[in-house]
Amino acid sequence: MLSTLGGGGGKPAKPSFVSYVTPEEINQTEKECSRKEKHPDLLPGEVIFCSAGPVLKSIKDDLFQRVVYGTLLCTNFRVSFISDEAPSDEEAAQLFKNKLYGENDIPLTCVDHIYGGFDDKKKLIISGFVKNKYPSKIIVCCKDLRLFHFSLAYAKEEDAKKIFQGIVYHCLEPKSLKCVFAFSYGEKTLLNKENQTKPKTVMFDTSEDWAQEIKRTKGNCKLISNNADFSISAKLPQFFIVPTHVTQEDLTKFDGKGIPIWCWSHHSGCALFKTASLPLMQEDASSQLYKSYMEGMLNAVAQTHLYSVKTEELSDSLPTVQDIQQSYSKFKQFFLLDNTNDFWMTDVKWFSSLEGSCWLDIIRQCLAKAVEVVECLEKENTNVLIMEEEGSDLCCVISSLVQLMFDPYYRTLGGFQSLIQKEWVMGGHRFLDRCNHLHLKDKEQSQAPVFLLFLESVWQLQQQYPPAFQFSETYLTVLSDSIDVSVFSTFLFNSPHHMASIAKAMLEPGQRSPVNWPTVWDWSVQFDSRAQDFFINPLYMERSRQDKAPRKMPRPKHQRHQSLPSSAFKFSPSAKKGFLKDETDSLKKMLRVKRLSRWMNSPDSAQASTREFFVAWQRRPLDYHGLLLPCLEGPTLRLWSQRYLRWIPEAQIFGGGSITILKKLADLLAEVQDLRGNLDRQACRADFNHQGVVARAKSSIQLSSAFPFTMPRSRSFKPAIPIGPLHSLITDSLADQEDEENLGIV
Amino acid sequence: LPGKCLSQPQSKNVMYICPFTGAVSGTLTVTDYKLYFKSLEREPPFVLDINLGAISRLDTIGMQIGDNDMGMEIVCKDMRSPRFAFKREEHPKMEIFETLTKHAFPLSNDLLLFAFLYKEKFPVDGWKVYDPVAEWGGGLPNESWTISRINSSYEVCDTYPSLLVVPTSIKDDELKRVAAFRAKHRIPVLSWIHPESQATIVRCGQPLVGPSDRRCKEDERFLQTILDANAQSHKLSIFDARQGSVADTNKAKDGGYESESFYPNVELNFLEIPNIHVMRESLRKVKEAVYPSIDEAHWLSAIDSTHWLEYIRLLLAGAVRIADKLESGKTSVVVHCSDGWDRTAQLSSLAMLMLDGYYRTLRGFQVLLEKEWLSFGHRFAARVGHGDENHANSERSPLFVQFVDCVWQMLRQFPSAFEFNELFLITILDHLYSCLFGTFLYNSEQERVSKVCLPSKTVSLWSYINSQAEDFTNPFYVNYENHVLYPVASLRHLEFWVSYYVRWNPRMRPQMPVHQNLKELLILRTELQRKVEELQRDVSSLRSITSTPDHGPSPSHTSTPLYTTV
Repeated sequence: MLSTLGGGGGKPAKPSFVSYVTPEEINQTEKECSRKEKHPDLLPGEVIFCSAGPVLKSIKDDLFQRVVYGTLLCTNFRVSFISDEAPSDEEAAQLFKNKLYGENDIPLTCVDHIYGGFDDKKKLIISGFVKNKYPSKIIVCCKDLRLFHFSLAYAKEEDAKKIFQGIVYHCLEPKSLKCVFAFSYGEKTLLNKENQTKPKTVMFDTSEDWAQEIKRTKGNCKLISNNADFSISAKLPQFFIVPTHVTQEDLTKFDGKGIPIWCWSHHSGCALFKTASLPLMQEDASSQLYKSYMEGMLNAVAQTHLYSVKTEELSDSLPTVQDIQQSYSKFKQFFLLDNTNDFWMTDVKWFSSLEGSCWLDIIRQCLAKAVEVVECLEKENTNVLIMEEEGSDLCCVISSLVQLMFDPYYRTLGGFQSLIQKEWVMGGHRFLDRCNHLHLKDKEQSQAPVFLLFLESVWQLQQQYPPAFQFSETYLTVLSDSIDVSVFSTFLFNSPHHMASIAKAMLEPGQRSPVNWPTVWDWSVQFDSRAQDFFINPLYMERSRQDKAPRKMPRPKHQRHQSLPSSAFKFSPSAKKGFLKDETDSLKKMLRVKRLSRWMNSPDSAQASTREFFVAWQRRPLDYHGLLLPCLEGPTLRLWSQRYLRWIPEAQIFGGGSITILKKLADLLAEVQDLRGNLDRQACRADFNHQGVVARAKSSIQLSSAFPFTMPRSRSFKPAIPIGPLHSLITDSLADQEDEENLGIV
Repeated sequence: LPGKCLSQPQSKNVMYICPFTGAVSGTLTVTDYKLYFKSLEREPPFVLDINLGAISRLDTIGMQIGDNDMGMEIVCKDMRSPRFAFKREEHPKMEIFETLTKHAFPLSNDLLLFAFLYKEKFPVDGWKVYDPVAEWGGGLPNESWTISRINSSYEVCDTYPSLLVVPTSIKDDELKRVAAFRAKHRIPVLSWIHPESQATIVRCGQPLVGPSDRRCKEDERFLQTILDANAQSHKLSIFDARQGSVADTNKAKDGGYESESFYPNVELNFLEIPNIHVMRESLRKVKEAVYPSIDEAHWLSAIDSTHWLEYIRLLLAGAVRIADKLESGKTSVVVHCSDGWDRTAQLSSLAMLMLDGYYRTLRGFQVLLEKEWLSFGHRFAARVGHGDENHANSERSPLFVQFVDCVWQMLRQFPSAFEFNELFLITILDHLYSCLFGTFLYNSEQERVSKVCLPSKTVSLWSYINSQAEDFTNPFYVNYENHVLYPVASLRHLEFWVSYYVRWNPRMRPQMPVHQNLKELLILRTELQRKVEELQRDVSSLRSITSTPDHGPSPSHTSTPLYTTV
């Protein structure tokens, strides 16, 4: 360990931070502390609860450990450390600055765990009330995988106690929704309507948005708009779309359960629906009722479209929400590392540990299920109804993945945000419960990173087909971080009804204006426009003009159809009425006979058929604006290294990482743009003005794989050299075999 | 291909049992270079071809289908083992099997390797890529190091090149005594010298210390001279690639390592890298894990259990330590293992890749291989077993593949630091086995140059590569110059090289390369640059004719106060 402050070297009193600083220096810092009032630039509505100083924060910079003095604060938004050191004026560090919280700030809702350091021991803190001794160190693990070490050894005992209690109380104790910072923030800020439009995100909070969407996909369903006051069901959004044959009576029957909610229509006319499933397995009086209701709903789906219906009970074949939570808790531990030693110790059996967490396998299962659904829609032209208990967890994951694979619009930045609005926010994903930001004990069971699982799956797709996505890896990482920044309405509620009722309640005590919660899509709240440039993937291949032109023409039923066998149920215009009737009759018969048994078990050898489907798709030329299928073989699913390794100094590749490719592309693009500009200018005026493009940006040698999240601070860095057991010591007879020279012929 | 001949009428109605898409029957053709299988049953026609040089083992196997069928398994060095089935009545003598055996293992059948028959002409001569004197350039000889011709007829060391760089102050008879003290007479010689600090990478064989702790005054002085040649450091670091325990075993058998008490100012580090047999076994396990199919659910633990990436990590970590010692420690380094032609070559060349941007260029990398691997006697013939049917020979080991894998890992971590691309690396590995080019044949420079005279009888791989350099160039390349690159030697950043090891699996086939739109962009840029230059030229010629104060350069900069004096 090295200290930048310990100029004269210190007394080796304790094996902690103490030894690096002489008493004089401490006095000096204390004096400094009293001289300047330090508080962060508070956000609107932000209030400081308590503070303490001097506090030491230990940081690992390019593998050197050092400490920084400062003040630790706890506000209603964040835990904040204000360094005594002058802020580094690294231009690049400012480049990707989050306007809401800085590198030394932890939004309260972002705190995952707190550990107390007692001398050499580390204890998980669950409550602010400690029996004997207060810890001298606080270790904060964040949901965005940052790790903070604060030492309270120099603060006044009272202050230390207060700040410890304050942080633990505000971060870990149960609280009411109104205490979440978004409420104080929303009262004090004005919504910036103008910024919201860039990029255009469809919010799906009006019937027009839905009507537009069904028109876009040429769906043939009906829009239900009389749930605007949630009179049909509080579980459904204000506006939704169902098969035309679903009656008003059907809608109100089981509190929204069992209603096939339209997600997306395939160009062939078949569509994807999702629903919260009814408890069909129950052996009681109501079960028969459910069954016949479900039968009716399925018929409604089939009749409108003249296609067969495939139902997919997701909880039968995918991991449960609890499995997901358990797996992720294991997985994230690999990245919350206290020190270099831990890093290399966990490196030894790395791949087996990864496998042990099952996280990548869960991602694979979700992607595989989505491919299965895609196959039904694309190859068999079957309607698909996915269901699960609440219809708002894995249903959201699968339906959004399916749409992302099919529809290039959702692979644009605006489209992707609209998709999340449609499937997740309006689809009633219980963000509040799944994140358990309120730390309610009774909600601990429902905490699960389902939305993160979706983002992970998207990342895998994006890794495999980078030119198909307009948004970047950095965008996904930032989005995953934003879940835990308690400012945005997007991730704050359990359903549209929940949000509406809270908003209504807020209005009642004589308030004039409604609360202004920004949505996460208003990126200007977090980043300035320069930083937002990082959200765009420079590898994205926009549809060229030649490609665009034929799209405007009425598309023939679809070209791709011919390459894959289509189902017999496909509507053909030449079909006579009688034939049509026969078809539907037999369809109904088939439904009646097979339906219920087919619900209960997922089809056999789905994997083999999916593989075949993938290979058939793979043989065709790849179209980045067409259907995309992920490759799911073992080695293709990878670790999202930007998200998980960005804060670990040992894992940073200086001068490397995928950022160098993006940098090169961005440079080239800028250069081409400049050259174009030059040509234009020269064409009109005989005045040449050349601007150095390369001078503008830093060279990629100075970046690291964790860019833009962290920057290498010093030019001369030390390489990370593995320590500890270099390899798992295998007892192999070969290793003891004599060396080669004695075996050879020579 | 020029020089290739059909050596056998085709065998029809052969069934290829494809592990990915099922059995397919078609025609099997064997030439003296390749095996072709073509089936018109599928659309598009199914084609499989194998370089005969890649064949490690040929087996006939009893098939389950019936007594009338014969099976043939072709175990390849490039991670596949295709199987064919024949009807016994149609191929009674299995002639094709015999022809195949003959041409796959020409050396065991008194035939020439195909490289000697191959007569293709290329516009550039790859044999001229590496010229040792020119490579050392103006830097040498200097006050400490000189180019010695003591080994010009390979008398001192038959596995070393004819030109060696040794300390100026060491006399020839001293060198000979040092040679007697080093395994296989492989004396310490210069591999690389730091342009600024003069710290060096020196490679050699192990000292023959033996159980009685023999000493060699000249050897001790030799290392002291290496230390003295670099004024920046008072230490010399020796990196022994072996496991400490193995080095001890070697010591008991007349080998050994430098004792820190006899060699003052020397620090000895063991890099704990296992031997060639362990590596061979590891790659065999890799093949088991990827061919013919991958167990999805246990893929990660399967990869862990091969230890392949673990060894890659060990090598990279060792090379990082060496490079760091030179760069930050400004300390000279001596690298050896037992003989100094396997792990030593891996480590020294990896460290040089990290330290010196030149070796990261297309041509520089060729020079690196020619120098560190070929001229310093990595035993390619023994390790690969070109044309030899003895597949169980324990001398065989995929050390060069392992090295190229390390390079690929670096390429992954630094996608824009290398001038060459992945295809270049895969092409090198394909022709490591193919026996089409002379480059990787034989064990040493002596065999290649003075015994066989390879350059005049065969074509160099670099002739082929440099004739179409465009294909092997990385469009993302940014010249990092001499910026030192330290790859992260953590399994978190090491990846399994799917596009090499699993390339036969059609499901893993890469899609259209991402590079496409970058290439387009590069072309566009060149185009625009050309246009801008043209216009600029026009403008400047215009200016020279019609230069008046009004049209001069922007007034804010050069405004001559013409009117203020009035």
